Amino acid sequence: MSGIRVLVGTRKGAFVLSGDGKRDDWDVSGPHFPGWEIYHVKGSPADPDRLYASQSSGWFGQLIQRSDDGGKSWTQVGGAFEYDGVPGTHQWYDGTPRPWEFKRVWHLEPSLNDPDTVYAGVEDAALFRSEDGGQQWQELSGLRRHDSGPQWQPGAGGMCLHTILLDPVDPQRIFVAISAAGAFRSDDAGKTWTPINRGLRSEGIPDQDAEVGHCVHRIAMHPSRPDVLFMQKHWDVMRSDDAGDSWHEVSGDLPTDFGFPIDVHAHEPETVFVVPIKSDSEHFPLEGKLRVYRSRTGGNEWEALTNGLPQSDCYVNVLRDAMAVDSLDSCGVYFGTTGGQVYASPDAGDSWAPIVRDLPPVLSVEVQTLP
Amino acid sequence: MIRVVLPAHLRTIARVDGEVTLDVEGSVTQRSVLDALEARYPTLRGTIRDRSTHKRRAFVRFFACEQDLSHEQPDDPLPDAVAAGTEPFLVVGAMAGG
Repeated sequence: MSGIRVLVGTRKGAFVLSGDGKRDDWDVSGPHFPGWEIYHVKGSPADPDRLYASQSSGWFGQLIQRSDDGGKSWTQVGGAFEYDGVPGTHQWYDGTPRPWEFKRVWHLEPSLNDPDTVYAGVEDAALFRSEDGGQQWQELSGLRRHDSGPQWQPGAGGMCLHTILLDPVDPQRIFVAISAAGAFRSDDAGKTWTPINRGLRSEGIPDQDAEVGHCVHRIAMHPSRPDVLFMQKHWDVMRSDDAGDSWHEVSGDLPTDFGFPIDVHAHEPETVFVVPIKSDSEHFPLEGKLRVYRSRTGGNEWEALTNGLPQSDCYVNVLRDAMAVDSLDSCGVYFGTTGGQVYASPDAGDSWAPIVRDLPPVLSVEVQTLP
Repeated sequence: MIRVVLPAHLRTIARVDGEVTLDVEGSVTQRSVLDALEARYPTLRGTIRDRSTHKRRAFVRFFACEQDLSHEQPDDPLPDAVAAGTEPFLVVGAMAGG
């Protein structure tokens, strides 16, 4: 029978949640790296036993951990992230120039076909790649050196590169998203980059439809249709049908279009999930009701999914990397909260149950569907 | 023989229990002790001081003989008692919540 492995990064360690295909009985392993911030843990699509974890601490800096046995044991690999050349400056919150300074790895994206190749999205925003299993990291500096780089500015959470999407059809194509610079695409495996933000409007920047400066929270795609992208922006849920060349809003009848994560059903490319959050200053669900919203029409028409989720006095947040789907026949959906719960739905959101309730604040959730 | 005490998280990273003892060639300074420490435990590179500039990380402190040596120059000699191995060189994670 197939198995599920849920990889959870938290403020105080990593956890591995293992379940069978029924998804109602779970084994909890962890905390791994207790006391450390684990921004992200992700497995290689080419070798499910190969995992990468970003381990960091305000005291002791950035480390990268690698597992070759599905998270049972870990080896510390390279944590040296050196910007290519003289890094130059970006804008600080007050508009003054500020030198690029590495702070942490937000997101690790293993290659689709080589377990030793993995990408890292870092703060201050840049993209790195390792081709030796995480030992050595080289910056793909064409992104940071884009002409717009000096105009990029941090969002409230820092100037982070948090989303990396590898095109399963065109290996030369990579999408990334940066808060608060926007979305970018490379069509030459990361050498050069194009901002892809046409159609976005953001009230928080002087030129509301500027080429860069938008606080994109997350982008998602279905692997069968990589030209169709879904975006949760700071405010607004957006869709592109041309690989990001243009975007249109699909917030439709959502009760609020602020939020962080967005994901796509494993087998239905027009089925999308978001978690509406009240506002940019009130990072919790509307009315204290934790609701996932699902669109089966690629946006605009949304339904609230509440069965099994707390519907009173719930004031947690769901962060941008804390939602994922499995690829079993009945698609499972998973998300973690800042209150330490990880919820699972074995039926595409129709019903939910917590796998765990009392972890440290959850930073990220990834799911592996095992043979 | 130089004695070094690491904070708990760094003992985990280095996979050691208790104090670390090091042989240091030449002058016993912050730099020579940390060079020897990182040579013996490469997984500690970047956790105490910056990998390239070797500047002390902001929330790491160096104590010895009841003194805060964090702001001493890296090539200043450490106290005689550290060089003689009668007192340890303490690497400390600064007290802060979270």
